[in-house]
Amino acid sequence: MANFFTDNKDIQFQLEHPLMRKIVELKERWFAEKDKYDTAPRNFEDAMDSYRRVMEITGEVAAEVIAPNAEDVDTEGPRVVDDHVVYATGTRQNLDAITAAGLGGITLPRRFNGLNFPLVTFVMANEMVARADAGFENLWGLQDCAETLNEFGSEELKAKYLPQTAEGATWAMTLTEPDAGSDLGAVMLKAHWDEARGTWLLNGVKRFITNGDGDISLVLARTEDGTKDARGLSMLVYDRRSMCHKVRRIENKLGIKGSPTCELVFTNAPAELVGDRKMGLIKYVMALMNAARLGIGAQSLGLCEAAYREGLKYAQERAQFGKAIINFPAVYELLNNAKAKIAAGRALLYETTRFVEIYKQWEHISHERELTAEERAEMKFYNRLADAFTPLQKLFLSEWANSIAYDMLQIHGGSGYMKDYPIQRIVRDARITNIYEGTSQLQVVAAINHVTKGTYLSQIEAYEAMELPATLSGVRARLAAMKTRFAEMVARVEGIEAEHKGEGFKDFHARRLVETAGYIIMTWTLAAEAAVKPEDYTQQLETFVRLAEAAVAGAHAAAMASEWDDIELYRTVLSGEAQ
Amino acid sequence: MKKLKIVVLAKQVPDTRNVGKDAMTPEGTVNRAALPAIFNPEDLNALEQALRLKDRFPGTTVTVLSMGPHRAAEVIRDAMLRGADGGVLLTDRKFAGADTLATSYALSCAAKKLAPDVIIAGRQAIDGDTAQVGSQVAEKLGWPQVTYAEEILGLDGGKMTIKRRLENGIEVVEAPLPLVVTVNGSAAPCRPQNARRILKYKYAMIPTEVAADPESLAAEMTAKHDYLQIAEWGADAVDPDPTQLGLEGSPTKVKKIDSVVFALKESKCLRCTDDEINSLIVELLETHTLG
Repeated sequence: MANFFTDNKDIQFQLEHPLMRKIVELKERWFAEKDKYDTAPRNFEDAMDSYRRVMEITGEVAAEVIAPNAEDVDTEGPRVVDDHVVYATGTRQNLDAITAAGLGGITLPRRFNGLNFPLVTFVMANEMVARADAGFENLWGLQDCAETLNEFGSEELKAKYLPQTAEGATWAMTLTEPDAGSDLGAVMLKAHWDEARGTWLLNGVKRFITNGDGDISLVLARTEDGTKDARGLSMLVYDRRSMCHKVRRIENKLGIKGSPTCELVFTNAPAELVGDRKMGLIKYVMALMNAARLGIGAQSLGLCEAAYREGLKYAQERAQFGKAIINFPAVYELLNNAKAKIAAGRALLYETTRFVEIYKQWEHISHERELTAEERAEMKFYNRLADAFTPLQKLFLSEWANSIAYDMLQIHGGSGYMKDYPIQRIVRDARITNIYEGTSQLQVVAAINHVTKGTYLSQIEAYEAMELPATLSGVRARLAAMKTRFAEMVARVEGIEAEHKGEGFKDFHARRLVETAGYIIMTWTLAAEAAVKPEDYTQQLETFVRLAEAAVAGAHAAAMASEWDDIELYRTVLSGEAQ
Repeated sequence: MKKLKIVVLAKQVPDTRNVGKDAMTPEGTVNRAALPAIFNPEDLNALEQALRLKDRFPGTTVTVLSMGPHRAAEVIRDAMLRGADGGVLLTDRKFAGADTLATSYALSCAAKKLAPDVIIAGRQAIDGDTAQVGSQVAEKLGWPQVTYAEEILGLDGGKMTIKRRLENGIEVVEAPLPLVVTVNGSAAPCRPQNARRILKYKYAMIPTEVAADPESLAAEMTAKHDYLQIAEWGADAVDPDPTQLGLEGSPTKVKKIDSVVFALKESKCLRCTDDEINSLIVELLETHTLG
């Protein structure tokens, strides 16, 4: 039986990471519930055994049900019937199978019928589901919205909505509007308090809403009359069963076709306030977005994995000039680079997930009891790392989902351009990953402060303190050289910015700086893995350090040769003439 | 009747679907050590039919009955993780060496003790491929049997409506309870294990397994929760006629084993020309039939 967990030792390796002990203890509050629930783990080994088993089931459902449905779902797609979404046949089967396997509410507390598993396992499940069908992952992965409600909702709201997730309820993150995409502060959908009915009522239009007709929606709406910016926005939860919304249309997309992207009209739709008024965008959407960015990282990685395996298989089977094409340097280099990037990207994704997990659990614990000074410091430490690493992993993995899919299609030659092979679907599906939940350009905006404020640098120094086997001393030296270049780039860019007392130069070079930090960090995370399991990761590390050096050298050359005047040079395009 | 007591017959079998070169011993018998032990595939189809009845009629219980060595407790545990309530493992040296007649006798004795409304089994096991055990259990109990079932369609007034998949089409039949149903591989696949059931039932064990490692967490949990105890019955527990058990109760004697490689599935006409004979040789070489 095909299984996307048991056939992937790199995912299994992530589950066995040393930090898992800390994560499990935090998540389980030192096994406080072991006598309260017969589903609660008795100790660390017991918990890990359950995670492995459940991940194996997830791998089975992904490989045996979701993957075989992917092509039909891509062709059939969802429809609008009587103002509501009808999923493709395969999508419905996928949802039924994944619910039957009990995979709803993976991270939610037991009292809301969740599994109370760590975020790592949810991210892993998303990676495997995305490898099977990224479009399905797109709508199933939205259950991370439940985690935001769990974090900020009242006990009453949680009791009402969270248990439904375990039963298979799907979620939607209802944020964007025709004139509010990247700029969510411009959201206009109105929510007003109806005194007679004792509820908030939603009126307005939402656009580009993934799974917009889902069972439970978190809606960003303007609750403060007369306001025009982020401070007038609140978050509300809407129950589909109210049926006060209509799906005006489903977008005809390039990829992830199984996932319905809806235009919605709300008419006097009752909704309940999540947390405090006016904190909708400032606090809750930011939390939602951070979780979603981790989700897109997982989705992108699943796509990378799927693309790589398609490329590898084709290169082994296809013969030209009397031999399998994998024997040609032009082909095996593409494959080897993809493999190394996947290893590095996976290391970064799960490292980020662990940081997010530790910080989030301390935060949850802080609502249950007062933290000690030491615990508080640890929470802040991991919070900062989570903020710095989340945009980084989203940026790299989503760009690589595209470039790896592109290269793997290239290996297929003309056949890859035909709809006969899955690779064309993977290419189409990947294209959205570096656009939604914040474009790559916006990930750079979120990350650049951590370049200038030193978060990345201090974490690089933490990695430097790590012991590496003697065989990896060459990698350490190369990393040191890259770090020097990084420091030179930062100094130059900041120097010129300060000299001209103007803004724009740092923004102009932001992506180069962020990517340089990213390459160094990923080389370190992969080196850490090679130190533990040299037989599996040394080769990927050796490839990746070469890729990283080339990328850093390019960025360094560009930044070091750049002058303030460059901004004017590049701004000439602003004149707006096509010729 | 809306609340059923269902027994599912399940067998742990060597996985003969992915056979490597060491699958057979030099003596021509199955090399069980080289093949992973799995849940007989059509028994999983049978389990799914039982679980669907349980979904439809709350209060229904599904008990898995298996005969085999201690390690066969694994199929009962697996079934519990998919939705079965519990199980019974018939295990005793006295059962050893049983052919289908002795096996069905032992199973029917256990079934009498369990007194179900319906017994559901897979059509046949992939090791013996006889398709006899389910039918013989029905005969020994004197119950009606419906074979080649593809779907249990309904239950009304003590009668079950069942869709059968036959060579020449589909047949829908009605049969009174108690009843034995054997399920075809074309029936719906079994649902996967369920995450919540894994958390709750993963330590389910037979007493022999508990005794093998009494200090383990599994043993501690099994002692604490009755629902984790899989019953283990020896021959004495089912009060049989000892002459009908095991080797003694098995009239089947293997005289000779032939290794038959091919089953005729499709025929091909070739004319006696050099070209066609060549193409046949190439094809046979490619499929490793020759050479």
